[in-house]
Amino acid sequence: MSGEWPLWEVFVRPRRGLSHGHVGSLRAPDAVMALRNARDLYTRRQEGVSIWVVPATAITAASPDEKDAFFDPAADKVYRHPTFYEVPDGVRHL
Amino acid sequence: MSDVERLLQLGDDALIAAQRFAEWHASSPEMEEDVALANIALDQLGAARLLLSYAGESLGKDEDTLAYQRDDRDFRNCLLVELPNGDFAVTMAKLLFLSAYQLPLYTALAAGPDERLAAIAAKTRKESAYHLDHGSQWTIRLGDGTEESHRRMQDAVDQVWPYTHELTAGEVSRADWLAIVEPVLDEATLVRPADDGWAPTGGRSGVHTEHLSYLLAEMQVLHRAYPGAKW
Repeated sequence: MSGEWPLWEVFVRPRRGLSHGHVGSLRAPDAVMALRNARDLYTRRQEGVSIWVVPATAITAASPDEKDAFFDPAADKVYRHPTFYEVPDGVRHL
Repeated sequence: MSDVERLLQLGDDALIAAQRFAEWHASSPEMEEDVALANIALDQLGAARLLLSYAGESLGKDEDTLAYQRDDRDFRNCLLVELPNGDFAVTMAKLLFLSAYQLPLYTALAAGPDERLAAIAAKTRKESAYHLDHGSQWTIRLGDGTEESHRRMQDAVDQVWPYTHELTAGEVSRADWLAIVEPVLDEATLVRPADDGWAPTGGRSGVHTEHLSYLLAEMQVLHRAYPGAKW
């Protein structure tokens, strides 16, 4: 039977987190069961307070072949990091 | 019904159900279902430990003695939980019918006068709600699924139905139980069997089906071979 059920990607929001993070994937016949399976597989140890499941087919991923064009150009652009200004004296909590 | 008798009924229902659900472990239709049924089995086992420990205090026995050293005639579980798992549809029918009984029962007990039992029931009630959801979801999918899954789910409901009368012979009324079960069967496009048929009982007084003895033989063999074994 394995392989007939579609694949779902699971996102869990931790107790103190603001955003859902990807935790893994699972197989389930539909979204409702995917949510329940995710509860059993990924929140057994109180890992989260909210779950999203997304059909894996709905995710468009960057291709490893495009890695150079996508990510390498950011490597030498240090000015994108906020390190080029001086912090005035007396500014606290920075 | 004495307090200890009630604890034994609740505890034995949970213990025997746990043993049956655990039989699916590593042989479920899907790996995800393996985990789900193992979770449910462990929920039931956790409840059984709390309930049997409590019952054992007035009997001068610990949970292990009650679980591993009683014979079938001493068990007070309903017949439904000891029935063999059958196919997946039979197991889901059993899960649906059992949790539709345990949920209202634990809900009532959580507001009862016995504080310790109320605390156990308050914890277990949430687990029962999830078990009911799981049994309902699968009953609906199989009943309202393919031609074969519909036929097998209907067979399962028909096969287990007679044993549900024992569930509603006590603190949970037939009407309350049906109010939970009927909408699920409706949505699953399944026919609810009539209530005028065979209605076996005996579990609550220790007169069980032959299936319980085989289950106990497997569950108790290690403890009986090595009394007091710990691991």
